[in-house]
Amino acid sequence: MASILISDDSSSMRQMLCFTLTAAHHQVQEASNGSAALELAKRHSFDLVITDINMPNLDGLGLVRALRHLPDYQFKPILLLTTETDPEVKKEAKMAGATGWINKPFDPDKLLAAVRKVLG
Amino acid sequence: MSIDMTEVRQLFFEESFESLDTMESNLLDLQVGDADKDLINSIFRVVHSIKGGAGIFKFESMVGFAHTAETLLDEIRSGEHSVTQAMIDVLLQTVDVLRMMLTQLQASEPYDESSVNTCLISLRGFLKTHETDTTTAPSAVVSAAPVFEKKSTQYWKIIFKPDESLLKTGNDPINLFNELALLGTLTVEAELDHLPTWQELVVQNCYLNWVLMLEGNVQRQHIEEIFEWVEGDCELTIIDLSAELVSNDAPTVEIAAESALESSSVESVTPPTVASEPIEAQGAIHSELSAAVSEVVDCAPETLEVSEVPDTFTPEESLEIPRNFEVSESVTPEETTAFTSEMDISVTKPVDKAPPTPKIDKAEVEDALGLKNQATLNGTSAHLSATNTPSSEASSIRVSIDKIDDLINIVGELVITQSMLDQVSENFDFVKLAQLRDGLTQLERNTRELQKSVMRIRMLPISYSFNRFPRLVHDLSVSLGKKVELKMSGEHTELDKTVLEKMSDPLVHLVRNALDHGIEKPAERLAAGKPEKGLLHLHAFHQGGNIMIQISDDGAGFDMKRIHEKAISSGLLNPDDPVTDEQLYEFIFHPGFSTASQISDLSGRGVGMDVVRRNIRSLGGSIDIRSIPGKGTTFNIRLPLTLAILDGQLVRVGEEIYILSLLSIIESLRVNSEQVNSLAGKAEVYKLRDDYIPVLRLYSLFNIPNAVTRLEEGLLVIIEGDGQRIGLFVDELLSQQQIVIKSLETNYKSVAGISGATILGDGSVALILDVAGLIKLSQTSVPIMRRLAKEREHEYQH
Repeated sequence: MASILISDDSSSMRQMLCFTLTAAHHQVQEASNGSAALELAKRHSFDLVITDINMPNLDGLGLVRALRHLPDYQFKPILLLTTETDPEVKKEAKMAGATGWINKPFDPDKLLAAVRKVLG
Repeated sequence: MSIDMTEVRQLFFEESFESLDTMESNLLDLQVGDADKDLINSIFRVVHSIKGGAGIFKFESMVGFAHTAETLLDEIRSGEHSVTQAMIDVLLQTVDVLRMMLTQLQASEPYDESSVNTCLISLRGFLKTHETDTTTAPSAVVSAAPVFEKKSTQYWKIIFKPDESLLKTGNDPINLFNELALLGTLTVEAELDHLPTWQELVVQNCYLNWVLMLEGNVQRQHIEEIFEWVEGDCELTIIDLSAELVSNDAPTVEIAAESALESSSVESVTPPTVASEPIEAQGAIHSELSAAVSEVVDCAPETLEVSEVPDTFTPEESLEIPRNFEVSESVTPEETTAFTSEMDISVTKPVDKAPPTPKIDKAEVEDALGLKNQATLNGTSAHLSATNTPSSEASSIRVSIDKIDDLINIVGELVITQSMLDQVSENFDFVKLAQLRDGLTQLERNTRELQKSVMRIRMLPISYSFNRFPRLVHDLSVSLGKKVELKMSGEHTELDKTVLEKMSDPLVHLVRNALDHGIEKPAERLAAGKPEKGLLHLHAFHQGGNIMIQISDDGAGFDMKRIHEKAISSGLLNPDDPVTDEQLYEFIFHPGFSTASQISDLSGRGVGMDVVRRNIRSLGGSIDIRSIPGKGTTFNIRLPLTLAILDGQLVRVGEEIYILSLLSIIESLRVNSEQVNSLAGKAEVYKLRDDYIPVLRLYSLFNIPNAVTRLEEGLLVIIEGDGQRIGLFVDELLSQQQIVIKSLETNYKSVAGISGATILGDGSVALILDVAGLIKLSQTSVPIMRRLAKEREHEYQH
């Protein structure tokens, strides 16, 4: 069981993530935008952060960069949710320090596989 | 693991509809020529989220459609377009199409593809970047990737040399190896060559390289997937040791072809190692491999016809084929022979001992891909209809957190009160009477608050209904050639969900009327000394336990003269009768008056004004009009806060208790028998001041024994419904209280004259009288009475 922070401005996407992750006995906290996620991340040490790219306030890439500056999140896995299959976006994500990405739409099993992959 | 998606699906629909509303209003706010970044971003996010959500539920065509819209928005966002009115219109059309698709998908019904395609074509017309086809949109392709179902064991050698900075992206090699181990038997060997001295060691860096051997039913794709995230942060070589080992009994040609092709795609390894390394590494494999090689050496090299291959490839892979084959050009002829002959590909042109030149027919590859996409799409649509559950009418509502918090808070207090009462009741003594009373008072307060809180959950801000008007006004004013400014206020006023839903059509009708007939054309307005732009104001507010909705325009107002004429010509009014404006307004609500009327000022589309009023009345509300010629018209709609609870008056008839809505009661009085006229020995009318009111004896209607039968001994309750009054004869009035309405239809069946039931404090069931229904009943049972009453009325007046 891991504690996971999910950040997405779409509440159905959040619910979907939350549903899948809690079904696999993870503890999940939600944020609806990047800056809210960052605040949560500062207050609680999550094992994994899963974030959308397109969000108001602070977008996903911004969140990753900000998190990587926090000592606690220097090596923590951060996954990006993305529908872009554009290699540029992925490159940018890597540059920002993202661990990997999950392509939306995701298959619940694939999501769990990805989580398992980064959490071991 | 399978997950029940129904609930999430429902949420997706709701959320999408909601965000489409946002998108619509954002589009309406968008100024031509000026791309407001925030608005564009917000619009983009809506389309983006819908695309993402649609993908989850495999609504492929929706994904494709949304993708095209998204592309256009992205181009606008990046400043490639300046916003034009045409563009806004197409995007508004996009909102409509998406809404239509969602509605149909929710109902599991097919949607109108032609409107989707029309809109798609208009969208594409704006696009700068060429989009091939929506079916090849990225998300569609992802799901189009075929599933490999192979049974043969494969051997893989993976050389993994991560960059020193790998750990900083949160990737841990051990996790990757664990993943690999899930695929098959894995042996891991670490290379320590790059390990620095203790002094130079930076803990955050990764200095190790690994060589991994993987054995099992594994496809290259699976391995690549595992290393997908570290692709740019490492040097990775994946070698298929088994490509050459596939023996003659290989079940399908495809496997061999695929493996061979894949092995040729190894980029950083020179071809000889492909052959030599595995032989050294795996003795057992050696003999088989040489057998395979020697067996095929005789064969002449052949040209690859790649167009036969795509079946086994994901689109991305097939598109990479040319590059892969360039690599394989350095392969020695013998090995090439091995590769190609294993693929069992038809001979098209013998090449003597030269590396094969792959001939890739792009069109054919695309065809193959197209076909596959088609197949996948067909597959998903079948899947769609299978998973779709018929959407139930009972939809959910979104409730703000603070309402829920309130509720929880009150329940908490209720629990405290309960435990307090518990304590009091233990060893009860009369000394504790005061305490008990306090407890009960507290309980009463808790109950009241709980009731209020629960009711609040059903309340939605009227903006849910108002939000559609900017679009409606925009569209209508364009089509009518008028200039209209829409002002809305009090959108946060909350209203019961049912009331809100039922008010939707009447409001639309009134707004349409105001635009169509109220507000004049710009030229007329200027001539009348008014600003060119007309004003339509929607206003909602609370007033004395009711919700008021005002719809006012600054248009021409009603033409009272024409209404008067029309009323006379349709026989509703006597030409000589004096008539007030209020009475004339009344005609507007007369059935048939508006629709059949020549007075175009009043004609409406859709529901007529009579239906508007009927709808409002069925909600227990009322509507009135104020119109000043040349200045404008205001409709005032008064609605009850909620339908689930009513302020009731308990009345007794015999031993039965009935409930009347307090709103319907005008007065109640002791009957003076002199003022009762019995007509034809049956029907009775009561002369109330200047009015004759039919009397309905409830005990006789409902056949109740032991009731008061003499009029002087009971009470007459004058009630009004549907604009008519009757006097209801009951034994006595009891208390007034708030009544929670229980539906009779769902618990029993519909009964004429009864609108529902409730449970009283003592646990007994009381029926709620349906005033409009009772009036109808009284009319059908006493038609003669009414006629006589009318005649008498005339006599009285003259």
